[in-house]
Amino acid sequence: MGKWTRRGLITAGVLAGGVFAVGVAIRPGRRQGELAPLVAGEGEAMVNDWVLIGPDNVVTAVIPHSEMGQGVHTALTQMLADELDADWSMVRIREAPAEDAYANYALGRGYILGDTRVPKSLDPTIDGLFLQVGKAMHLQITGGSNSVRNTGRVGMRVAGAAARQMLREAAAEAWGVPVQDVVAAAGRLLHPATGREATYGQFAPAAGARRPPVQPTLKRVDEFRIMGTSVPRRDIPAKVDGSARFGIDAVVEGMKYAAVVNAPVFGAVLTSVDADEVSRRPGVHAVVTLKDAVAVVADGWWQAQQAVASLRPQWSATEADSRSSEALYKQFDASMAQALEDGREERDEQVGDARGVLANAARVVEATYRVPFLAHACMEPMNATVALSDGACEVWLGSQNPLGTKHDVAAALGIAPETVRVHNHYMGGGFGRRSQNDVAIQAALIAREAGVPVKLIWSREEDIRHDHYRPAVTSRFRAGIAADGRILAWENQFVDKHEPVEAPLIPYAVANRFVHFTSSPTHVPFGPWRSVDHSQHGFFTEAFFDEVAAAVGRDPYELRRELLADKPRHLAVLDLAAGKAGWTRPREPGHGRGIALQQSFGSIVATVAEVAMVNNRPRVERVVCAVDAGYAVTPDGLSAQMESGILYGLTAALYGEISIDNGAVLQSNFHDYRVVRMDEAPVIEVHILNSGAPMGGGGEPGTPGIAPAVANAIFDATGHRIRELPISRHDFDYRVEEREA
Amino acid sequence: MELLINGQVRRLDVDPQMPLLWAIRENLGLTGTKFGCGVAQCGACTVHVDGKAVRSCVTPVASVAGKAVTTIEGLGSDAGLHPLQQAWIEQQVPQCGYCQSGQLMSAAALLMENPAPDDAAIDAAMRGNLCRCGMYGRIRRAIRQAAGRSTEAPASEPAVGVYEPRREKRHG
Ligand code: FES
Ligand code: FES
Repeated sequence: MGKWTRRGLITAGVLAGGVFAVGVAIRPGRRQGELAPLVAGEGEAMVNDWVLIGPDNVVTAVIPHSEMGQGVHTALTQMLADELDADWSMVRIREAPAEDAYANYALGRGYILGDTRVPKSLDPTIDGLFLQVGKAMHLQITGGSNSVRNTGRVGMRVAGAAARQMLREAAAEAWGVPVQDVVAAAGRLLHPATGREATYGQFAPAAGARRPPVQPTLKRVDEFRIMGTSVPRRDIPAKVDGSARFGIDAVVEGMKYAAVVNAPVFGAVLTSVDADEVSRRPGVHAVVTLKDAVAVVADGWWQAQQAVASLRPQWSATEADSRSSEALYKQFDASMAQALEDGREERDEQVGDARGVLANAARVVEATYRVPFLAHACMEPMNATVALSDGACEVWLGSQNPLGTKHDVAAALGIAPETVRVHNHYMGGGFGRRSQNDVAIQAALIAREAGVPVKLIWSREEDIRHDHYRPAVTSRFRAGIAADGRILAWENQFVDKHEPVEAPLIPYAVANRFVHFTSSPTHVPFGPWRSVDHSQHGFFTEAFFDEVAAAVGRDPYELRRELLADKPRHLAVLDLAAGKAGWTRPREPGHGRGIALQQSFGSIVATVAEVAMVNNRPRVERVVCAVDAGYAVTPDGLSAQMESGILYGLTAALYGEISIDNGAVLQSNFHDYRVVRMDEAPVIEVHILNSGAPMGGGGEPGTPGIAPAVANAIFDATGHRIRELPISRHDFDYRVEEREA
Repeated sequence: MELLINGQVRRLDVDPQMPLLWAIRENLGLTGTKFGCGVAQCGACTVHVDGKAVRSCVTPVASVAGKAVTTIEGLGSDAGLHPLQQAWIEQQVPQCGYCQSGQLMSAAALLMENPAPDDAAIDAAMRGNLCRCGMYGRIRRAIRQAAGRSTEAPASEPAVGVYEPRREKRHG
């Protein structure tokens, strides 16, 4: 990187070949106070170069997020290009390498784990930009639906606007005209009065020598040209001809293939394995024993898999060996009862006096809900390729967290992070699973023992059985109802809390609310799963709300409306979905309609599902979704995200269940961990509402609403209340004619 | 053994029982065909053998000797992309993209057999191909388009409506 002209929020410079670079950056400057211990080396700068403009007028966006199909590269580039007024056809995209220059891992991890206070020196300086940029940069993690929200809203747009301003200033100086008379449009600089004209590229070196503006002016919505249009996604052509490279496709000189069997019970360790016969098989290079796994390294993956499957490894006994899902649910019940008894519940929200009101309410509606563990089951099974050579380590994989991969692999090998190079690839699905680095670490350890570069691929069975799971959760509700049917109180107790903190809270105007939880740890590893805690609480709260509406004899849409009177954004989304779905249209016998509303990751989504009972099974025929994500940068991309989130949530609602038996996961592949197939996929309509609110996420908010919408629709069709997922576990003895009876 | 793949004869020296998938990916270096489940449950590994869609993860390589194998790399022609690939781009079908080679190969086999499939025929032919990203609606639309049915999509098909309730001026 060339010399920066100044320290500060926005940095700029000229690189070799006359390339003008603008980055939105935080440089620690004097390393003092709270920041100092978090920054590893002297002179270390936390810089993220977001835009490069070459003399050939090519604009390159450097994106600090991984592409897992959510279109983030395209959306972020649109934001940059719009503020820059670039020529869209000349814009290229490059993913930032996993280098500390792009983010400070220690600091980022602090944010994520919540164990580090935001250092004072990163306090907001310009309209809060500073802090936002810091977060976006340090978390080079694609998750939490934050790419477009943070990196885009702050970093990309600021970088683009700053670059545009510097280009205009450079042209103004050269032409001897006032800067406000220089017009920037579609990659060109113009001075209409004199007819002068140049490309951005021509002024790139001169612009790079200028002082960056402290606070460039961002466009208003009505000035957007590229944002808000459904430009074709840049990654799609390579995904229709087989040329897109996923982690599993990495090819490294001299590599062998590894297959693995992990300890079936989480926490068990390998005690012994007889590898004699397998080691002698032709093509087998090594049998590698790890603490909690055994691997075979062979000339091909199929050979390795056959070999490892024929081993009879012995595992240590653990306390969890006899545990089952039912026992875990019992444990949750006991933990919740204990917390109530001790008065040791942890409070999420306490407004008014819910318990007092419940004690005197005319009626109390009660219900217990629960959901099972869920695996991610990304289409691309987990894999990583690692090559080690005298102190250096290279890793090829698809990671939602490449910087974390670098540091975690380094820590596992006991080498310096600088010596680890991560080559990030397209991900065949992430959904949170690829923010974990367990597979990369395992590949590195196997490569070290085997002494050759190794491509480790987990079989689908290992992938399902050794995930980091969406937790199983039990949630209890009590609603206090007045004699006139008003809802006076809402109490909710649940186990196992993660993120986001607001996930269990309801938006409805119920005067007395008490939401509390208690932890009840299990031996099953936790991991963020698309929409994290919203995935269960969206179902719990929106299905129970429907129950309450039914108990007081109200239409569930009308009751929601009434209790959202002071929340115009929620109301608008709800009305849009209900209107498009034809909420008030009569249903045929055996058909039902259900509605759900959920705010998550800054976006508000209303979902209406229509089900038909066919041969006593619910068939989801149509889903109408309305979303307010503030502003849709790529409307078709946001729609695709919603469609995807809805189908992901629908699979979980209908079939998703990881059950624990003798401490281990029972399911193993798509025959018993079913995924919705095309012939079961509903028609999905997405309606986008650009409210102008701060931008929300797109990748996750589609997921939470579908399970309650379907459960509520099934109730509407059959009178059968779904309080436990998956729905496939329920027996429906419903007959169409019974409804009329 | 010899394999006729994408119109070329390639020599292979592998265990005859090895699934075709791994021979294609590892021995022939054609990585467009994907591994998803290994047990004929997901369709990610779909290729054509003599024009029929097969799951290469459960097809022993020896069983295709003397037959014509086509992978995603051979789906297009010198003239350019296959009409399905074109439709896939126009409908912006892929999300993560991992399942899409298999989806395209299944769809192409369908159209060879039935150039004008109705929706039931599309569902029946495609139900063996999982898409964890849930792009089924787009896949259906793209197949209709490639089959020349794009204009007769039902009115209830996915539609992106964008509403701008208030256009107030704002920054950032
Ligand atoms: S990998 Fe062959 S069907 Fe799944
Ligand atoms: S596009 Fe990701 S699995 Fe189909």
